[in-house]
Amino acid sequence: MSVRIQARPFDYGAECEGFARGTCGGRGVGAVVSFLGVVRDDSGRMARMEIEHYPGMTERAIAAIAEEARARWSLADVLVIHRHGALFPGEAIMMVATAARHRTAAFEAAEFLMDYLKSRAPFWKKEFGPDGAGWVAAKDEDEDALARW
Amino acid sequence: MIDVLYFAWVRERIGLPREKVETGAATVADLVEELKAREDRYAAAFADTRSLRVALDQELSDFSAPLAGVREVAFFPPMTGG
Repeated sequence: MSVRIQARPFDYGAECEGFARGTCGGRGVGAVVSFLGVVRDDSGRMARMEIEHYPGMTERAIAAIAEEARARWSLADVLVIHRHGALFPGEAIMMVATAARHRTAAFEAAEFLMDYLKSRAPFWKKEFGPDGAGWVAAKDEDEDALARW
Repeated sequence: MIDVLYFAWVRERIGLPREKVETGAATVADLVEELKAREDRYAAAFADTRSLRVALDQELSDFSAPLAGVREVAFFPPMTGG
């Protein structure tokens, strides 16, 4: 299980490849699922995004979420990478990868991780554009999404 | 003495990321009342605690939680990770 919080970019392809190679050496793994989150610019005018986080709590909160997913879906491995600092539209913000015996578990665990990272990992996004800056508000749907787990 | 941390717009409204606070507050809600009484910027930041979240020693908690033994309190808006 690996959790990395970092400002620097990551190479999604290389991370997926490394994760798959690392987990599939074991013969019990039949499915690897990965998800990449990207900076989306709905207005078409965003200059950049800045992501603030709570060092210490971020690592603890994500490790707890990842451990819950690992135990619940009997995952062979979990990887979470989340960036902070300045990011530009189209850049990779975060990724998760899960490895399990069967694909249903790997997909469900990845969705669970994403739902929990959205509203339980201490990150805050601020968008900067030509008219100034504003904090991204949390959505009710994101909180509601937790209810299904 | 406890460490009080602020994040995102709470940090911006109060104007600092963290401070040490001497308090006899029994609960988080009591601490919030003490802070609000200090200055307008605190009153503005804590005007509506329903729009805020609190963590005690880096674990998500709630405003009715006791502060006994707590070393670090953090206030922030709902999180927007992912």
